[in-house]
Amino acid sequence: MLAQSLQRHSHENSGGNNVSFFNTAFGIHEKALYLASTRSELLASNLANADTPNYKAQDVDFKAVLRRETLSGGVAMGADLDPGKIKYRVPYNPSLDGNTVEADVEQSEFATNAIRYQASLNFINGRIQSLRLAITGGQ
Amino acid sequence: MSMFRIFDVASSGMTAQSTRLNVTASNVANAESVGTTPDSVYKARHPVFAAVRDQQLMQQSEITKVRVSDIIEDQTAGRQRYQPGHPMANDDGYIFASNVNPVEEMVNMLSASRSYESNIEMMNTAKQLLIRTISLGQ
Repeated sequence: MLAQSLQRHSHENSGGNNVSFFNTAFGIHEKALYLASTRSELLASNLANADTPNYKAQDVDFKAVLRRETLSGGVAMGADLDPGKIKYRVPYNPSLDGNTVEADVEQSEFATNAIRYQASLNFINGRIQSLRLAITGGQ
Repeated sequence: MSMFRIFDVASSGMTAQSTRLNVTASNVANAESVGTTPDSVYKARHPVFAAVRDQQLMQQSEITKVRVSDIIEDQTAGRQRYQPGHPMANDDGYIFASNVNPVEEMVNMLSASRSYESNIEMMNTAKQLLIRTISLGQ
């Protein structure tokens, strides 16, 4: 009787721990991945509009937004980039038609962002593999 | 998987740039055409690009596509040549050439093809990232 209740108790306990553990298993990379994918859309919009008169290039401060998202805690994946976090880029060479897209800047940012995304993917992949190893015991 | 929308954005850019390339091609092809009056001769055309915010997409993110809102005719005066022997010469012996500027058209062509390429690169990168995301944990 005591053993049974103990067993059930420990079972519930470990179950609860498991859920919270798997929620946070990927740490910051879960958010970084999401942020990088959202940012890649913004940079894609900039590049597509590289020749549109009066288009203003926009971007987010990756570091600041990621820090805010991390500090706010919880799983706020549904909370998208609200317009307040999107900023307009200050061009190095503004053009006469009012367009502030600089293709070289945008392309380098897009490439950097893609590498960041892949880095986050790699970290998550490694975490999955180590978790799988722990679950199967290397069999 | 919000990155799928990059394909929409990139393809809108490619469509716009290929329209620009088409217009440039028609300008270059008609650069040497002549007419009897200034109005009857071919006029250079230029596409006008405009940014489009899709309402449905905007709720999720600030993505902006591009489209050709208009194709305008260049209204600057064309060259006028004295060539009385020409079959299209007017009574004073003048013919009117089109106002296509070949240098401008070459620059437009290069710019359009570079922009088209950068849209392709963007699409390729997004594709690779998506494939890697799909194969996550395998």
